[in-house]
Amino acid sequence: MAILEFKDVSYTHNEKNILENISIEIDLGDFISIVGHSGSGKSTFLKLCSDLITPTDGYIKYKDKYFSDYDPIELRKNIAYCFQTPYLFGDTVMDNISFAYSIRGKKIDLDRVNKLFSMFNLNEDYLEKEVLNLSGGEKQRIALIRSLLFNPEVLLLDEVTSALDVDNTLVVESVINSLNEKGTTILWVTHNIEQSRKYANKVLTIDTGKIKSLEVIA
Amino acid sequence: MNNGATMNIYSILISSSLVLVSLCFSYFQKLKLEKEILISTIRAVIQLTIVGYFLNYIFGLENPIFTTLLLLFMIFNASLNASKRGKEIKNGLLISFISISIGTIATLSILVFSGAIKYNAYQIIPVGGMVISNAMISLGLCYRQMAANFKDKREEVETMLSLGADILPSSAEIIRNSIKTGMVPTIDGAKTLGIVSLPGMMTGLILAGTPPVEAIKYQIVVTFMLLSTTAISSFIACYLSYKGFFNERKQLI
Repeated sequence: MAILEFKDVSYTHNEKNILENISIEIDLGDFISIVGHSGSGKSTFLKLCSDLITPTDGYIKYKDKYFSDYDPIELRKNIAYCFQTPYLFGDTVMDNISFAYSIRGKKIDLDRVNKLFSMFNLNEDYLEKEVLNLSGGEKQRIALIRSLLFNPEVLLLDEVTSALDVDNTLVVESVINSLNEKGTTILWVTHNIEQSRKYANKVLTIDTGKIKSLEVIA
Repeated sequence: MNNGATMNIYSILISSSLVLVSLCFSYFQKLKLEKEILISTIRAVIQLTIVGYFLNYIFGLENPIFTTLLLLFMIFNASLNASKRGKEIKNGLLISFISISIGTIATLSILVFSGAIKYNAYQIIPVGGMVISNAMISLGLCYRQMAANFKDKREEVETMLSLGADILPSSAEIIRNSIKTGMVPTIDGAKTLGIVSLPGMMTGLILAGTPPVEAIKYQIVVTFMLLSTTAISSFIACYLSYKGFFNERKQLI
């Protein structure tokens, strides 16, 4: 069953065609690596998936219903998006974690938080750390944890290992793969060819705003 | 200098020679501002003469309806000016009108009910003018700050939206920052009152013959009312205008 469906989707910004006639069905449980040159439209594709922008032509469906039929807030709670540059707000890591709970009107679940911290090779002391004192790699992992707190059905990742060292890249890859094995649909933009084929079952290549190929990995 | 509130025409004519000072500076320094100086002087004289006669007429009517209409006219003009400062703000004129009106009404009501001023043209118009112009300046600052923040902090806002936050929590920091920007000049002005400057109202009263100790009482009330109006107007304007930066799909435009 397709969890996300793009039909003849185009996106134009400032009279420039960023994406043209994109049609693709993303199945529940897919792990799709998205590759392509810089500026080819990969990040725009992810933004469309998370309803942060709307196609200028065509439509997108989530679980067989048009995006426009969903409340955008509810939709984004199910389709988590990790940006290429992780933005952490507030003063401490705790501010970022508690934000995800407060917008849902829930109390922070420290067991869940600590479990995710240990999965990403971080100890619980990080909760009180100041955002300004974190390295790029730490910020990237905190941003991932913040997106995973409520088990999203679809996870959109935009070069989330770009600031990580080799060891932590392996940790993140392993966590993402285990989430996929538990049923989370993954769309992962990466420039790393080896990484793109490591766990993915499909590789989507975007070139100058168009789908160049969708390769199914055996 | 004349000690009373009146000034004879000869005093004004003699003081007009001061304009010659700036004309001389412009001419000998080749600033090429002579025409501008003459035009601005003539305009100031004509505009103030018209306003003087107009206010004289309104004050003479002693009719609260005319006083209120004049206040509304002042609020409309201030709103128009504030909205021009924030061209990115959707419905800027309406938002400015609502926020300046509420700020002005709330402040003037407290002043009237406390007995600090009376609802007559002689007191309400000049006091209202101070309140309205201060609110107008604050709103202009708020709008510019808000537009700049939504542009510079796009990723921050979109990160929060992508987590499933509504537009209000996603904009909270920007709203706070914009309100603060609108209020800071008034707060700073209050901090330095009497140390750096003798404000217009106090100076005016002293020139009109009011003892300084009496004049400061009015200035204290003016300071309170400016702080209150700035806070109320900035708060309302920012909370009404942030929504204009999003579309119906709760996407940052």
